[in-house]
Amino acid sequence: MLASLVFYTFGFILILSSLFVITARNPVHSVLFLILGFFNAAGLFVLLGAEFLAFILAIVYVGAVAVLFLFVVMMLDISFADLRKDAMQYVPVGLLVGGVLLIELTMVFMSWQASPELAQNIAHPIDAAAQANNTKALGLILYTDYLLIFQMSGMVLLVAMIGAIVLTLRGRSGVRRQDVSKQVSIKRADVVEVQKVTSGTGI
Amino acid sequence: MAQTAFLSEYLPILIFIGIALVMAFAMVIGSWVAGKHRPDKEKLSAYECGFDAFDDSRHKFDIRFYLVAILFIIFDLEIAFLFPWAVSLGSIGLMGFWSMVVFLGILTVGFVYEWKKGALDWE
Repeated sequence: MLASLVFYTFGFILILSSLFVITARNPVHSVLFLILGFFNAAGLFVLLGAEFLAFILAIVYVGAVAVLFLFVVMMLDISFADLRKDAMQYVPVGLLVGGVLLIELTMVFMSWQASPELAQNIAHPIDAAAQANNTKALGLILYTDYLLIFQMSGMVLLVAMIGAIVLTLRGRSGVRRQDVSKQVSIKRADVVEVQKVTSGTGI
Repeated sequence: MAQTAFLSEYLPILIFIGIALVMAFAMVIGSWVAGKHRPDKEKLSAYECGFDAFDDSRHKFDIRFYLVAILFIIFDLEIAFLFPWAVSLGSIGLMGFWSMVVFLGILTVGFVYEWKKGALDWE
């Protein structure tokens, strides 16, 4: 009873906030509604029993991707009034893409067939070896059975890291960086010079 | 029933969310109802050390903030992989241990690269 009430509350807020994401006039507001939507989706995951997924959604999406979205929104140096003025010219293309997507989704939905094993999978959602919790259930197979995929995800992260550095890092000329080893290893003779000055002449 | 037992562990969090919502709304609505309303144009006018605001607050900022954010996300994902590993380390044996060490090694290569490249320096 309470679970279904919570489900409908989370679902309602999720749908409402995703509606606000696309209708809010200020893009920063739509990012904030996106974060609200992420939190509600995390709540729905908890209701399904997928607690690990819920917290990963909260940590990765809310913590990181939403921050990144905010950066992108703020970095776009465009006047939103100008943008809205000629948004109408993109309506045909948008309708075309949306229509194609809708037709594809309908086709997928029409030809959807539930697997015959589904009934018994629902009856036993987690197998007995991993009864404890789904974080452990994930850990039991991810690092051994799916070793190759796991290592490939590591490579993908490496590529992302190097790609971000290559794309955005520019060496700046005329910047004086602190070089600690150079500072420490400097000798007195390198910087101090004693000169004999005869009075009245200067150096 | 196992599912209800599982969900009842999350009941305190739900109650906390409820209390937080009630308190937040009580403060906003309470101050709105009980407070005096004397609208004045000068209360809303811009005040920036006595000047009018020079510029719009939304302008481009340095790409290095973006680089820091994306590096943060990558290491955040790495942490996400560490949680199930830490929980199940007792059962997955040496194979699981070394697969994570190799994974961390791959990311350490990237970390050394960004360190040497100076991506973490803020001049």
